[in-house]
Amino acid sequence: MSSQILELYVFVLAAFVGYMVISRVPALLHTPLMAATNAIAGISLVGSLIAAGAARNHVATILGFVAVVAATSNIVGGFIIVDRMLKMFKRDAGPAKQAPAKLPPSGA
Amino acid sequence: MREAFIQASYLAASVLFILGLRMLTRPDKARRGMQLAGVGMLCAIVGTLLNHTIVDYRWIIGGLVLGTIIGYPMGTRVPMTAMPQRIALSLTLSALAATLVGIAEYYTLMDAGTPPGRATMTALGFEIMLGCITVAGTIVAAGKLQEWLPSKPLTYKGQNLLNGVVFAGIVALLITVIAAPATQWAFYTMIGVSLVFGAMLVLPIGGADMPVVVALLNSYSGLASCATGFAIGNVILIISGSLDGSSGFILSVLMSKAMNRSFTNVLFGAFGSEVAAGGTKSAEGLTVRSIGVEDAAIQLAYAQLVIVIPGYGMAVAQAQHAVRELAELVEKRGGEVKFAVHPVAGRMPGHMNVLLAEANVPYDKLYDMDEINSEFDRADVALVIGANDVVNPAARNDKSSPIYGMPILNADHAKSVIVLKRGMSAGFAGIENELFYDKRTSMLFGDAKTSLTGLVGEIKNV
Repeated sequence: MSSQILELYVFVLAAFVGYMVISRVPALLHTPLMAATNAIAGISLVGSLIAAGAARNHVATILGFVAVVAATSNIVGGFIIVDRMLKMFKRDAGPAKQAPAKLPPSGA
Repeated sequence: MREAFIQASYLAASVLFILGLRMLTRPDKARRGMQLAGVGMLCAIVGTLLNHTIVDYRWIIGGLVLGTIIGYPMGTRVPMTAMPQRIALSLTLSALAATLVGIAEYYTLMDAGTPPGRATMTALGFEIMLGCITVAGTIVAAGKLQEWLPSKPLTYKGQNLLNGVVFAGIVALLITVIAAPATQWAFYTMIGVSLVFGAMLVLPIGGADMPVVVALLNSYSGLASCATGFAIGNVILIISGSLDGSSGFILSVLMSKAMNRSFTNVLFGAFGSEVAAGGTKSAEGLTVRSIGVEDAAIQLAYAQLVIVIPGYGMAVAQAQHAVRELAELVEKRGGEVKFAVHPVAGRMPGHMNVLLAEANVPYDKLYDMDEINSEFDRADVALVIGANDVVNPAARNDKSSPIYGMPILNADHAKSVIVLKRGMSAGFAGIENELFYDKRTSMLFGDAKTSLTGLVGEIKNV
């Protein structure tokens, strides 16, 4: 089996897993979800690193360098901001005079 | 041995990414999940640095340092109200990285006199096309959200036709480079045309349609990363790109459902224009009932159940902290306060939830539309703060309305409605809202934050 067919398998299965996992994220966390998947998409750093470091020609090195800067700032900024957001989501800590504690939507 | 280690690091990263996203389904576990994903990212980076094709680390170190310096304030300084444009910008960055890697790859292959094969070229072509569309589209979207560009839809005659022609041009160029990978002019022209097309795609879209656009561009950028993975034969790129693509896809489907647009309508970016053309019942002969802060305060102070409906106006007025204070006060007097969040309230999916969480509203008081809609019947007051179209009953009963069929929050079922609004201008869609003329509705005009602060002061005196 050629490697491209294998890659296609990976793509289809990963998209399937992604769909199953992500469609269960409650609307409450949709903004952190977008920020998180964007930060994870900063993984294009992996390709950028190879382009910047393979010393194949100047054009590739420079383009790779710019790509490394873009992807790194996306990863660093992305993970920090997701953490900042998720830190803010708190349960009601007050006395339990409220209606019965609600489970997060579709969480269970 | 080294190759095995690299692959193991990628496998670990993939598992950690998926675990991390899975923990994002629970607000109490989400933070830990994202820390796991961060560890996964570190694994993948360390693994990549061992790649034997990397021989020169100077540019890499420079890029990592510079990127960290730029990224750190982007994570710590950006206010939560600016989150939509921040997300748009992060899409720009990830699509830019993918695009540049693609160009570097193509240039290197051509430079070495070994044009890529058909399969690699297909991947490269899609990578460049989607990447460039995303880069230009997200820059325009971020500009509109930040109001550097007019957030009003920019439309002109024959727009759809022109967009169609340009897109057909891109497809023709794509087919050309795939058929003959050595046609360099077609490759580089495609970069330019895709950039122009990305901008043209987003320019006609108004501010309130941004949730759909941002989600859609998110899935494009994910697919661009995927294509990069195919082009350079890297599995971790394919996996995380498809995770990103899935989240964008799912969110754009959810958003389009919440706005009652068909998904094909969304997919081809044809939104925005048709709504702008709308305009129905005029409000002639109807009167609104204006209310003062004192009277509104009394209504709220004696309410058993208050349902707050926040909209983008709340974010603009930075009123979320005042809302929380008001809610606490009502609760202290024995009332119950719930927050009803419409899926498209704000400028991106889940935007209101983040703003309210930032203002220390516990997340178990934030309710989705489906959970809360049946409770409006027993609500004493529905407090609408800077929201308009998401509570417009025309969506339910006026077939000629452009928003007909869009699911709305049943604010009109509450015993009374208080609307905090700047003035009587119509919502973004330019439609009159009959809720404002209902006899149970009172309008509290003015800046939302000022009004809420006033209400807090008055309730204390009741």
